[in-house]
This record gives sequence, C-alpha cells and structure tokens, in this order.
Amino acid sequence: MAKAISLALAEEMERDPSIVVFGEEVAVAGGTYGATAGLYDRFGGNRVKDTPISEGVIAGAAVGAAMNGLRPVAEIMGINFAFLAMDQIVNHAAKIRSMFGGQFACPLVIRTTSGGGRQLAATHSQTVEHLFAHFPGLYVVAPSTPADAKGLLKTAIRSDDPIMFIEQATMYSERGEVPDDPNFLLPVGQSDVKRRGKDVTIVAYSKMVGVSLKAAQQLATESIECEVIDLRWLRPLDLEPVFESFKQTNRAVVVEESWRTYGVGAEVAARIYEECFDYLDAPIQRVAQKEVPLPYNGELEKYALPKPADVIEAVKAIL
Amino acid sequence: MDKAEMLKLYKQLVVIRLLEEKCEELYQKGKIGGFMHLYIGQEATGVGAVSARRPTDNVITAYRDHGIALACGMSPRAIMAEMLGKATGCSKGKGGSMHLADKRLHFWGGHAIVGAHLALATGLAWADQYRGSDAATLCFFGEGASNIGYFHESLNLAAVWKLPCIFICENNNYGMWTPVARASAVIEIRQKAAAYGMPSDSADGMDLLAVRAVTEKALAHVRAGEGPYFLEIHTYRYRGHSMGDQRPYRTHDEIKKWQAEDPIGQFEQVLLDAGIPPAEIDALDAQAQFDIADGVQYAEESPAPALEEIWTDIYAEPIG
Repeated sequence: MAKAISLALAEEMERDPSIVVFGEEVAVAGGTYGATAGLYDRFGGNRVKDTPISEGVIAGAAVGAAMNGLRPVAEIMGINFAFLAMDQIVNHAAKIRSMFGGQFACPLVIRTTSGGGRQLAATHSQTVEHLFAHFPGLYVVAPSTPADAKGLLKTAIRSDDPIMFIEQATMYSERGEVPDDPNFLLPVGQSDVKRRGKDVTIVAYSKMVGVSLKAAQQLATESIECEVIDLRWLRPLDLEPVFESFKQTNRAVVVEESWRTYGVGAEVAARIYEECFDYLDAPIQRVAQKEVPLPYNGELEKYALPKPADVIEAVKAIL
Repeated sequence: MDKAEMLKLYKQLVVIRLLEEKCEELYQKGKIGGFMHLYIGQEATGVGAVSARRPTDNVITAYRDHGIALACGMSPRAIMAEMLGKATGCSKGKGGSMHLADKRLHFWGGHAIVGAHLALATGLAWADQYRGSDAATLCFFGEGASNIGYFHESLNLAAVWKLPCIFICENNNYGMWTPVARASAVIEIRQKAAAYGMPSDSADGMDLLAVRAVTEKALAHVRAGEGPYFLEIHTYRYRGHSMGDQRPYRTHDEIKKWQAEDPIGQFEQVLLDAGIPPAEIDALDAQAQFDIADGVQYAEESPAPALEEIWTDIYAEPIG
C-alpha cells in the first residue's frame, strides 16, 4: 500500500506543479513508512520538503499555502501527533472558507497514520478518524486496500476542500492490484460494497474492512452470507448502500478499530435506526476496541483490539 | 515621503480612530455582537508598517484587526457591514469583527486563535517563495502571542526555510489584562527572535515614520532572499482588551502618559512641519467623518444574509 500512495503522489505531482509534499522525514528519507519514497529525487527539494518536528506549523503552513494558491499534501507522522495540530485542522483548515465568506479556498490534504497493533502503547496506537469527521468543513477518508488508497488519494489531492487522508499504519505492507491508469479516481463521499451477502450487513472502514471480510469468509463456511460495506469516507458519509443492504438483511454489525463510545458505530447505528426502523429485526451490534488506553504487551493489545472472532460473535448474536 | 502620501496616511489614521469610536458606540447600542477589540492608540503601527508594503505583499493579523484592514485598503463600508453581520460584509456576515479579510488586497484576515496565524503566515510566505515571487508577508501579532508554541514553531520554520516573512510584534504591554512582565520571561520580545538566528529591530509605535522606516529595512532584507525578519513595535491600546474591559489592571496616569504621545497628534505635527496648511488637515478630518458615516449608513441599509446562506462557503460546493 505504501507504493500505491507514493505512486498516487508522483502521478499527481507530475500533472500539477502547484502540488507540494512536506512533513517530518518525507523528503530525504522518503517517509517513515516509505510512502513518499522517490519523490525527493524526482521532484527536488523545493517541492518535497522535510520539516522540523513541529506539527502545529506543519498544518498551519499547509493551510496558509493552500490559501495562497498551492495544493499542499502535508504529512503528519501519526494521528496521535495530529492532536498537536488539532487547532490548525479543526479551527483553520475546516473554517477558513466559511468564516471569511468563501474568499479563501483550502485545497489541502493532510496524510496521517492511525491504528493499533504495533506494540507502541497507548499514545501511539489510536484510531481517531471520527474525531476529525465531527467537523463540518473537513472531509475524512481512510482506505482499506492499496487500490482504494491510490484512487482516493488522487481524488483527495484534486479536491478543492481540506481532506484528512488517514492510513492504518499496519497496512503499508499489504499487497494488492493497483490500477496503472493515471486518471483512476474514486469519487468523494462514496462507500463501496466489498462483499455481497443477504443475511447480515457489516459496515466497516480502513483496516476493519479486512477484519470483517475475514469474518465473512469464515461465516460463509457456515452458510451465513454477510454483506461487507466499506464506508471509505467518514465525511461525507454515504450510507445509502448501507440502508439498501439493511432493508434486505434487517440486521447490521458496525465494526470500528476505536472505542465504541461516541464512535463511528454509534453514528451509523443511529442513522440506520432513523432511516430503516421498520426493517429492524435485531439490535444493531457494535464491534470496537475495549474501552481502555491500549497497553504495550502484545497479548493484551491483541485482546483489546477487534478481530474476526469478535465480528463473528456479533453476527451470530443477531441471527 | 511626498505630500500626497503623507495626506493619505494621515487620513488612514483618522479613519481608523473614528471607525473604532463608532464601533464602540454601535457595540454599546447592541448593533455589533460578539467579541470586539479596538485598535485605538495603535493606529501608527498598522498604518506605518503597511504603508511600506507593495500591494502584492501579504498582510495577516490577529483579532484586533479593524485598523490593519483599513490600512490595507478595505473600505469602511465592507468593514461596517461585516460588523453588523450583513450580507454585504467582507465575510458575508459569517466572520464578524475578528475575521475581516479581503483577498484582492492581499489581506488574509484577522484570526482569533492566539498565535495560530503565525503558522498561516509561514504558508503564505512559502507559497510566494515557491512561485519565485518577491512578495513578502507581514504578520502582525501581539506580544502575548510570543508565549505560545505556534510562535516558536513558526519563527523556527521561517528561519530554516528562509521564508520571506516579517514578524511584527505589536507590543502593547498587556496580554489581555496581564502585563508583559508577568507573562513573558523576557520583556524585550525581540530577544526571542535571536533564538532562531533571526535579525530584528524595534521602533516607537506612536511614531508612524519610525515604524515605516524599520519596516522598509525589514522588507529590503526579506526581498533580498535573506530570510525572515522580526520587528518589535512598542505601542499601547487606549481601550481595554475587548469591550466590557473596565481596565482595573492599569492606572489612568499610565494611559494618560501614552495618550500624550498620541500617534495621530504626532503625525499631524509632521504634516504641519512639512508646511501643510491646517485647513487641508481639517478637510481630511471631515472626509474621514464622512467616510465613516457613509460606511455606517451602507451597513444599516444592507440586507441581512438569507438563512439559506448557512449552507454555502463550507466546501467548494454548497451542501444541504
């Protein structure tokens, strides 16, 4: 997936000279996870820039440069550090267009990583896409496959709006077919049915799509057919395919890597209740991380994170 | 400076003073809402510095932004309409007192999160540097902002990237109600620039010509590609931090001491010394009065934004 991302960046930079890439270790080193590998050599130090470890000004410079005509793709090494840039992201990127009556555009992508599963302990393992998705004025997208990563990142870069592009850090080594077409774009705010099924609707995004697909595969051996829908975008949130599916299955499980309280599952479940109340055959299930700061110990960490067995259990609970 | 320029700048000072007094009155009448921070006393800082720029140089400031907005060439009409929350306001009634801006004038706004716009300024400057333009960015902020992380991150990045940015600290001695000595480990704020290897200078903010002179020097440095520059301008706000501030934290003697140095009175003397007849100055005062009255009338008669307007300007495409 790291290659899909660097490919998307390179194709877009080739197309549009106003695109600049910057962040901690993105240039000379090619990115902490190799997602910007080769860009510095190809496009030079004027377009691909290393920054000091200063998340506030990384995000702020991105907003200022976007206001003044560039299309910055800023990288914040981890979403846990994005808290240090939270003010720029939610108070500036998300509001600069509306608060000045539309005078300023903010065509900006902030790429960052999220997720647990690497024994990095509590402050380096969070999956808080939903916090950013709370704010009107921002878009939030989190890909679940290398191909999606390429198509969605290219779309994000071409968008005239500020977008948080959030990559689950354990997925960089994931393999998959990626289209060569330099105009392969996936639309803003469109979710994607990743598996068809008639019995239960599973809604997930990012890494939890893979977890849900594994569960669905397992369940299929027991003749339980799950539909797996990848939200892709947390804002704008496209739930039409979810409602459509739910009207057939009458049952749903929402899977998220983060904590359930005030989370994506809460939002999706509430919308299903609002839109599909008459179709409801069972309470909507939420699979999420246990409500604790994630511990370092590998076994404890695994225990706290959602896995296919948790999804299977949730599906069976409502059949 | 030629005579026409002197007259123009004098009028700007007076327009700012009168606009602020009018805003104070309209606020007390309940016509202006929210937080409002007046620039009275600091006029020569904004006018002096901005007068040294080219029209393509960027200006960005904090929430005490009315004076800088006028110095950048915004009209009392666009400002007053914004104050009253009208559809004809510069930000369509969505920003208010703290969020005036006019992109066409390269005035990138008042910003109300202390210190955050220093980071925006680095981005503005970077975009111009990237395009190979010789435009500079003038970033105004109060001395209170020098204690926040953004200040240090922004000065450091600007120095590392040699950005064409002038950081202009308007040191008015108080961060809200707290005197600088109780909030900052050094009271000479420009010392902080030295930590980033950034050259600096200071000037008396009650003296328009002194402010203009140091800004010209800073602009020459920045345009030569020598990287950022820091200015500390010593000034004073006659009014409180914001409306409703009763000023118990400072004495009337202190306020009077500064008022004796009034920037408008000082610059008027410059005009008189240059042989400009008092009648010509009086005429400018009258024009300024007229401009403010016209701005208020325009704002009063302007329509409120339609309710449907809330769905616009959030993204490139309207929602809802």
